[in-house]
Amino acid sequence: MQGFMQKTVATISVATLTACLGLATPLAANAAEDADLAKGKELAFDRKKGNCLACHQIEGGSLPGNIGPPLVAMKARFPDYDKLRAQIYDARKNNPNTLMVPFGPHAVLSAKEIDLITKFIHTL
Amino acid sequence: MKKYLAALSVVLMIATPVMAQASPDSDLKSFRAYYANKFPEVPMNDYVNGVYAVDQDSRDQWEQAEEFPDYEAYVDKGDELFHKKFANGKSFVDCFPDYEKGVKQNYPYFDEASSKVVTLEGDINACLKANGEKAYRSKKGKIAYVGAYLAYMSRGNLINVKTPSTPKALAAYNRGKKHFYAKRGQLNLSCADCHYTSASSRIRADILSPALGHPSGFPVYRNKWASSSPEGDGMGTLHRRFAGCNNQVRAKPFKAQSDEYKALEYFLTYMSNGLEINGPSLRK
Ligand code: HEC
Ligand code: HEC
Repeated sequence: MQGFMQKTVATISVATLTACLGLATPLAANAAEDADLAKGKELAFDRKKGNCLACHQIEGGSLPGNIGPPLVAMKARFPDYDKLRAQIYDARKNNPNTLMVPFGPHAVLSAKEIDLITKFIHTL
Repeated sequence: MKKYLAALSVVLMIATPVMAQASPDSDLKSFRAYYANKFPEVPMNDYVNGVYAVDQDSRDQWEQAEEFPDYEAYVDKGDELFHKKFANGKSFVDCFPDYEKGVKQNYPYFDEASSKVVTLEGDINACLKANGEKAYRSKKGKIAYVGAYLAYMSRGNLINVKTPSTPKALAAYNRGKKHFYAKRGQLNLSCADCHYTSASSRIRADILSPALGHPSGFPVYRNKWASSSPEGDGMGTLHRRFAGCNNQVRAKPFKAQSDEYKALEYFLTYMSNGLEINGPSLRK
């Protein structure tokens, strides 16, 4: 009974705080972040969207191709988020003869979709 | 020193295929050298087996399926159509008098008089029209059955496309070559990206076949085509496959038997000169 009370109070105070500051709480931000990552993963795996598995092995994806390198240690390979996004947006900038799809310029993915995919890939 | 020179010449040969000015003969040599270098263990004539030349696992399954191949019934249908009399009393035999010795190895060829590449499928339909019959549709059905019969009768013959030498023939050849190397479609991939640079790599779960030898097994019976046909008819022509590969990269396919695909067939078959005809074949 006491436990219940405490929890309720805590919830109320968080809600109050959020309302007062007009900001998302760290908890809510985490939830939004998780949702973005899940969405990014879905877009990366979707055959009609990123279909990155056609060419790359990615943790959690089945039957990956091997035309491109496995997408592992991405944070180490791309400490700079913007560089990773640029590679996904248009790989031709780094390699004019690349086999990778120019996702941005060819409008295979929208800017928002590329953001979400980049966020997800950056966690690998 | 010799070794170094040999290695250097391989590198040079690999670097040249995209050059527009190279002669068909030197294109052919560098095309071969590239695959020979990439797959030193694959005998040249094994390229007629498509992806099965470079992947042992799928080859084992395929060899089993070839024992009672699904295309057999269609070769029989083609045989029947081939010998059936047209309304005027003639038949395909009159158009292809050498069919018993095999004719497929001589296609495609460039016809100076009409300034066109002539394909076997084109000649099958030309025969029908010349005899007052209705032409077949160009991707599947009867054209693939008659084509399968003629390929079957040509098995073992060596592909013998004459080297393009006149300006018009060279223009057609270069058009086909350009199609092969040009990036296309929303996904921006060329035939060469998949079947040259990435031959034997996996794209998702599919292993990519080398382009060398591509035309030799056609027409083919594809399980995928069979499963999308109400009658389970998996037969299709080479141009049907071209259209499928254009579609995969979200490019608008050309029509079967269009000048564009005939030029592509001309280039691709010339690259396979000297390999055996082994159509029809089974494919996934
Ligand atoms: C058709 C093949 C293909 C597809 C589809 C593809 N890639 Fe690539 N990717 C490549 C190749 C090949 C490379 C190697 C570098 C180069 O040649 O440009 C590469 C490189 C990369 C790299 C750099 C890796 C490194 O360690 O340097 C990243 C990151 C990447 N791809 C992400 C993606 C993402 C995310 C998707 C899907 C939205 C995707 N790729 C789809 C072929 C592809
Ligand atoms: C995105 C990759 C990709 C591109 C680009 C592509 N193909 Fe394919 N192609 C495939 C796959 C996958 C298969 C089925 C597996 C195999 O046999 O290679 C295939 C099969 C084929 C086959 C049948 C081979 C056989 O032995 O049955 C031919 C012929 C072919 N492609 C020609 C072409 C031509 C010509 C182009 C360019 C117009 C092209 N492909 C572009 C992926 C591609």
